[in-house]
Amino acid sequence: MSAVLETTPLLSDILASVKPEAGLKADALSVLEQLGLPGNKSEEYKFTPITRSLEKNFNFATKNSASELKSIESFAIPGVDAHTLVFVNGGFVEELSRYNQTDLKITPTSGTENGFGTLADFKSDALVAWNTAAWTSGISIEVKANTTVSKPVVLHYIHDTSKGEVKSFTRNIIRLGKSSSLTVIEKQDTIGDQAGFSNIITEGFVEENAALNIFSLQADKGKRFHFGQTSIWQARDSRMNSFTLTLDGKLIRNNLQLILDGEGIESHMDGLYILQGDTLADNHTVVDHRKPNANSNELYKGVIDDNAKGVFNGKIYVRPDAQKTNAFQSNRNILISDKATVNTKPQLEIWADDVKCSHGCTTGQLDEEAMFYLQARGIDKVTARAMMLYAFAGEVLDKINSGPLKNYFDSLISERLHKNF
Amino acid sequence: MLSIKNLHAKIEDNQILNGLNLEVKPGEVHAIMGPNGSGKSTLASVLAGREEFEVTDGTVEYLGKDLLELAPEERAREGVFLAFQYPVEIPGVSTINFMKTAVNQVREARGQQPLDAVSFLGLMKEKMKLVEIDQSLLNRSLNEGFSGGEKKRNEIFQMAMLEPKLAILDETDSGLDIDALRIVANGVNKLRDKNKAIIVVTHYQRLLEYIVPDFVHVLYKGKIVKSGTKELALELEAKGYDWIKDEVAVV
Amino acid sequence: MSKDNQVLEEITSKEYEHGWSSNIEMESAPKGLNEDIVRFISAKKNEPEWLLEWRLKAYRQWVNMKEPKWPNVTYPEINYQDVIYYAAPKQKVKPKSLEEVDPELLKTFEKLGISLTEQKRLTGIAVDAVLDSVSVATTFKEKLGELGIIFCSFSEAVLEHPELVKKYLGSVVPMNDNYFAALNSAVFSDGSFCYIPKGVRCPMELSTYFRINAANTGQFERTLIVADEGSYVSYLEGCTAPQRDENQLHAAVVEIYAMKDAQVKYSTVQNWYPGDKNGKGGIYNFVTKRALCAGDHSKVSWTQVETGSAITWKYPSCVLKGDYSSGEFYSVAVTNNYQQADTGTKMIHIGKHTKSRIVSKGISAGHSQNSYRGQVHILKRAEGARNFSQCDSLLMGDKCGAHTFPYIDVENNSAKVEHEATTSKIGEDQIFYCLQRGIDEESAVALIVNGYAKEVLNQLPMEFAVEAQKLLALTLEGSVG
Repeated sequence: MSAVLETTPLLSDILASVKPEAGLKADALSVLEQLGLPGNKSEEYKFTPITRSLEKNFNFATKNSASELKSIESFAIPGVDAHTLVFVNGGFVEELSRYNQTDLKITPTSGTENGFGTLADFKSDALVAWNTAAWTSGISIEVKANTTVSKPVVLHYIHDTSKGEVKSFTRNIIRLGKSSSLTVIEKQDTIGDQAGFSNIITEGFVEENAALNIFSLQADKGKRFHFGQTSIWQARDSRMNSFTLTLDGKLIRNNLQLILDGEGIESHMDGLYILQGDTLADNHTVVDHRKPNANSNELYKGVIDDNAKGVFNGKIYVRPDAQKTNAFQSNRNILISDKATVNTKPQLEIWADDVKCSHGCTTGQLDEEAMFYLQARGIDKVTARAMMLYAFAGEVLDKINSGPLKNYFDSLISERLHKNF
Repeated sequence: MLSIKNLHAKIEDNQILNGLNLEVKPGEVHAIMGPNGSGKSTLASVLAGREEFEVTDGTVEYLGKDLLELAPEERAREGVFLAFQYPVEIPGVSTINFMKTAVNQVREARGQQPLDAVSFLGLMKEKMKLVEIDQSLLNRSLNEGFSGGEKKRNEIFQMAMLEPKLAILDETDSGLDIDALRIVANGVNKLRDKNKAIIVVTHYQRLLEYIVPDFVHVLYKGKIVKSGTKELALELEAKGYDWIKDEVAVV
Repeated sequence: MSKDNQVLEEITSKEYEHGWSSNIEMESAPKGLNEDIVRFISAKKNEPEWLLEWRLKAYRQWVNMKEPKWPNVTYPEINYQDVIYYAAPKQKVKPKSLEEVDPELLKTFEKLGISLTEQKRLTGIAVDAVLDSVSVATTFKEKLGELGIIFCSFSEAVLEHPELVKKYLGSVVPMNDNYFAALNSAVFSDGSFCYIPKGVRCPMELSTYFRINAANTGQFERTLIVADEGSYVSYLEGCTAPQRDENQLHAAVVEIYAMKDAQVKYSTVQNWYPGDKNGKGGIYNFVTKRALCAGDHSKVSWTQVETGSAITWKYPSCVLKGDYSSGEFYSVAVTNNYQQADTGTKMIHIGKHTKSRIVSKGISAGHSQNSYRGQVHILKRAEGARNFSQCDSLLMGDKCGAHTFPYIDVENNSAKVEHEATTSKIGEDQIFYCLQRGIDEESAVALIVNGYAKEVLNQLPMEFAVEAQKLLALTLEGSVG
């Protein structure tokens, strides 16, 4: 990036809020200073005016107020028995967390972990640089070789805005040993009606033959502005499944990056966004096939109503070495209202010649004929619409194995779709 | 049953197998382990007759025949089965159709009558149970859109259908979670008998907890440098391959 | 020699099955093209004045047109003055029944597996056999006549049903549509004509069989199908040509006019002589095929299996004018040796809620080049239009090329357009997998290729599907591996 942006008041506030330190944090800070926050000309943030939103809603010269949260009962996922790790306003709260270390190791992120900062590239993205310079808390999860972690790990990211706006910077790192497996669930919630901004980066290393599942639930009814990046490196024969369900939030930007650095890898990236009001949800995904004989499969679907906006950008790289790659990508959207919009852009860059890649994207309306058919059978309009949208969403939901988490996601989706549009 | 003597093989200009010796008797299960690039998959490919590999020296005798003289399909018809590390997808061809063609061509070569639709279906139903595979999967295009686990189960299903005398499993356990691994291993174990031999090529010791081998061999630089029993695998898992490399260097 | 090359060699040396020529006494026009030739052709056919005028008008436009250069194919300049524009089997009088048809002619078609004699007729298929631009015989005419279906040679239709021909000729493909269409309009010598009356479901497959026999001759036939309201017809087209060292030109036009609720299914198995393994000879197949879905709820479906020709340039298209009308295009195009194909479709959505579906499967082997070129155009008025396109390319060996040129123009934002594309290579891996299961190589190739093309082959009528499957396996036998 050649042009150095002029330092906006927002940026100076941000720079001033982060105490200069030595090492990676300081490096990242100077990158942030140099890059500036992405403007409307930025290709990567073309449809997502994150800088403008932050300027409008936050004062980065102020500090987070304290929280008196005593229980997270109301935010728990019904029926899911898990290691529960709770962050409130960006800080890890030991007293609210419930976990044991029998088959995994959970420690606060130190920033000195092996591989820290090597996957989420702070040199090209200001938001990543910002997190790398400003993170205050996070957890590091380690799973030993040949260990199947029996319970999932749930990460609760809670903003308590009852005493003022909240900004949180979280940094996690996950390392799975050979032939191990782990499931992580992320969930966002807000208390109070002030704005909150979260910037969360998770880096993951999945060693040979290991399997990592990450479920992300973004159904925060509060004023949540969010930037998240999950960057996962995968070794040979490993599996990675990610599922992102976005239902609420003011502005949600998810960067998901998978590096397939070995043969025999299988990766699935699934996403469902059902948006209303003025929610903006932006999913940017990158799959980087570096070695032969790996498969990636991506399905993102969206239902967008009111003034809501969906953005999808899917990049697939197939490097020269990555022969016999199978890479599939699909993004399908239904627009409910006239003002709902979606911007979708698949991007395939293929350097190998013996590969199977496909991408498809659609944007359309609800099939009126099918609607009429259902109504002609005596089904009322709201139910008919819900049935059809549910069927549309079901294809993604079915990617989750049955269990309490699927039931919970299912109930949230049904509830959302049964409203009177 | 299988006697490999001083086998040398190369692909293009890379010499991969350098004087490999192995004796396999009916009823035995041999596990072959080794670090990346030691020649495990090459051995499997050479035995099945993949063209890219050139045998430069040595002999392979199988049931009294010179195996290397036979075309790949002849080897298959003589009862050599390879479960592929990366099973190939063939769009538009269902597994059922594929297996029907294979089973009947193999039967024809063995001088048996082709199976009619009813007997074929019966055979299939019986074998499907072995690997807990669903018929709807077999109606779909061969391996297309299958998960890694489904592909590997399909390999074992095909093995059951073709009733081989010598089965070579090339990293059939790679990329499987623990449940899928159990299913695959169960399927293999049910197919073990005193007339059949199995060579299990694996990268991960974990498999050998489920398919217990009679012998474990360590392949390094294209040769078997150490042979032992299941305990050898445990030692490898605990210590890695470096001590083997050191040992070889000393010798 | 690696096995790859060995098998490639094997297939490249495969002979073209229909490369023989028949010894039939011919009557032809002198080489070259001018207004006199156009008049000559028209006079030979006893055509009415209006048709001669139409031809001359087309000719005059053609003279001022330029040969298109945008297709992704290369060939030496064609000397249009070195082509014979009219050749017909000499028959003393127009045969009234098959007994009067020259037995040599009948034999020619027998040899191609198309029996025109009563006893051996393909059951359930009515055939119009066209040899070197002239319709030789049409079978099952009477039976079809009872239902009011007109199925005859184009020349006959001009004389017997001038009102229909006059009304629909050029209504779908205007004479100046493109260079080759204009050329065809000027010099077309014969072809097939078909009219299905209101509400009639044609009880059998109608089929035109094209055969080029004479040397140095171009074939310029014209097919016109008119499907009246609520009617249905399935139409088949097959073609072959003798093996000759020089290239021969085939510039045909097919027009389909579908009225309200009418359905037309048009299937082609194109097996023109592709030239020898060094790329010498073969047919230049420059064809314009278009359907107009004029009425609401009308539907036209093109299915093509293209295995022959040195060069193929064709884009069977649908103009979806009627509301709720739909168009389909299913194609398998195989190129081998030095063949070149630039083929695809156009789906022009004009009416509301129009639907189109494109499934294209290209297979390239040898030194061939195979391009898919397709356009989906949703016009402003075409509210709720939908398109689904799938373009797959399969490469065999590393000397061939596959190219995809999809053009998508959407002017109405309620449209739903989907495009999927894959490029893959079949090679030793798939074959080896089959071999390892005990399947021999020949069966393996047939299995893989037919599997790949299955979605398209399924669209063909039974008899054709079997033929097409054999043809595919034959054209590509051994080129995988």
